[in-house]
Amino acid sequence: MGYFSNIYHGIGTLLTGMRVTGKYFLNARKGAITQQYPDNRDTLKMFERFRGEVVMPHDENNEHSCTGCQKCELACPNGSIEIIWDRVIDPETGKKKKAIDQHIYHFGMCTQCGLCVDACPSDAIKWAQNFENSVYDRTQLTRILNKPGSKVRAGVEE
Amino acid sequence: METATLEPTITKKGFKSEEYFINMGPQHPATHGVLRLLLTIDGEVIKKVEPDLGYIHRSIEKMCESNSYQQIVHLTDRLDYLSSHINNEAVCLCVENALELEVPERVKVIRTILGELTRIASHTLWWGVLGMDVGALTSYFYGFRDREMINDIFEETCGARLTMNYNIPGGLMEDIHPNFVKRVKEFIPHFRSKLPEYDRLLTGNIIFQKRTKGVGVLTKEDAINFGASGPVARASGHSCDVRKYHPYSALDKVNFTEILDTAGDSFARYRVRIAEMWESLDIIEQLIDNIPDGDHKVATNAVIKLPKGDFYQKVETARGEFGVYIISTGTKNPYRVKFRSPGLSNLSLLNHIAVGGKIGDLVATMATIDIVVPDIDR
Ligand code: SF4
Ligand code: SF4
Repeated sequence: MGYFSNIYHGIGTLLTGMRVTGKYFLNARKGAITQQYPDNRDTLKMFERFRGEVVMPHDENNEHSCTGCQKCELACPNGSIEIIWDRVIDPETGKKKKAIDQHIYHFGMCTQCGLCVDACPSDAIKWAQNFENSVYDRTQLTRILNKPGSKVRAGVEE
Repeated sequence: METATLEPTITKKGFKSEEYFINMGPQHPATHGVLRLLLTIDGEVIKKVEPDLGYIHRSIEKMCESNSYQQIVHLTDRLDYLSSHINNEAVCLCVENALELEVPERVKVIRTILGELTRIASHTLWWGVLGMDVGALTSYFYGFRDREMINDIFEETCGARLTMNYNIPGGLMEDIHPNFVKRVKEFIPHFRSKLPEYDRLLTGNIIFQKRTKGVGVLTKEDAINFGASGPVARASGHSCDVRKYHPYSALDKVNFTEILDTAGDSFARYRVRIAEMWESLDIIEQLIDNIPDGDHKVATNAVIKLPKGDFYQKVETARGEFGVYIISTGTKNPYRVKFRSPGLSNLSLLNHIAVGGKIGDLVATMATIDIVVPDIDR
């Protein structure tokens, strides 16, 4: 190719590319996918399966369905879950039964792999969708999932 | 290969010319992660490239030895994080083969669809970053725009955008989300309309062509000698697609062509990856309407114990051949796990093809080899 045709060809390819960007420049509103993140917090909805952090839902009677079986603790690859349990006397049957004292979740170590939620036989833990987890001190990331004074819901068996 | 001499030489104009060392990385945007390259250069001409690894070593192989087989899967997310779904699949297939477990057809098809989506997501990110590396920032945003749709699909079905951990030995953690098929069907025509835009924006661009054509040429012999795999080897004419030669999951049921090129330069590697995205779209299209009904997993024991022996499974990730080698002594933990990562072999040929080029060429070569550092440094 000659010197000048080379230049013309080069400019031509650049203009082809500019046509693409120009199209988006002129239709900037249409097809924009940018989210105005901190401003859209009220309307921002995460997908229901999004793995944010492990939580233990409690009902209105302050009851959860964790039996203290420790399956989640075993499934966790990095020891993020620690179950402190005890045997308590069941008031109905009078027999001793395993019950959790504290379900400790070290969120700072968790890799969000989902194995614990998958392993729980009584669906006592599930994923919450919040993702704004920055804190000033890492001790704030250690959470006790069962609320104070809570107990296991009647009928949930290991 | 020229050898580096550190003798100062006098050029014909009387200036003293001397070779010197320069560090590229470990914190350099063009090394795509914490990789340090020790360059010996003469002016701007590269005499030697020595990759220095170890900045992101996490001893994942050693960690596997103390984890159960279900727990190993999530560690492979952290190797080549852009192909995490395919890595997970490799471990699961290896464990399933060892247990002689047949997974339902539904699982196989879903795994293949997700694997090809992963490949497209990885290639779109690579395309955007390549453009940025050679000085075209626009492509970066366009690549991320299209990858976002795939990430949404992953997030809705798998629960995470990058480290999916959706495969478990025996199947999938959950069934696909009801919106999955709809979203994938929206994505295919969308991406088909965007790919020609990629060509107009970057492929034809004269500056891009001048910076990649004839740069970092790898011959077929060298590709084989260095153990290259994936698009890097295929751009040199070495046919090595694991999906063709050892089909796994539902890949034996689909029609697709293995993309080959012969030039072996950076531009050929670029063309191979662009063509692979078209092929992946074809594969997904063939499968998405025919997801068989059935369970999303077969039950395994809570504690998986593999029989005594060694087991190997390889898959084709977005970067090439990824292999999982497990030695089991019959206990619940593996005795030894070895990952064959495509990135390490592909990086090993960098010195061979970058010598004689300029520093700017090295950046283009690195970008088209498409290394992911955590994959190299396990
Ligand atoms: S998500 Fe994974 S790492 Fe986190 S607590 Fe559960 S099992 Fe452990
Ligand atoms: S959260 Fe579930 S798996 Fe963990 S101890 Fe409680 S019941 Fe068992």
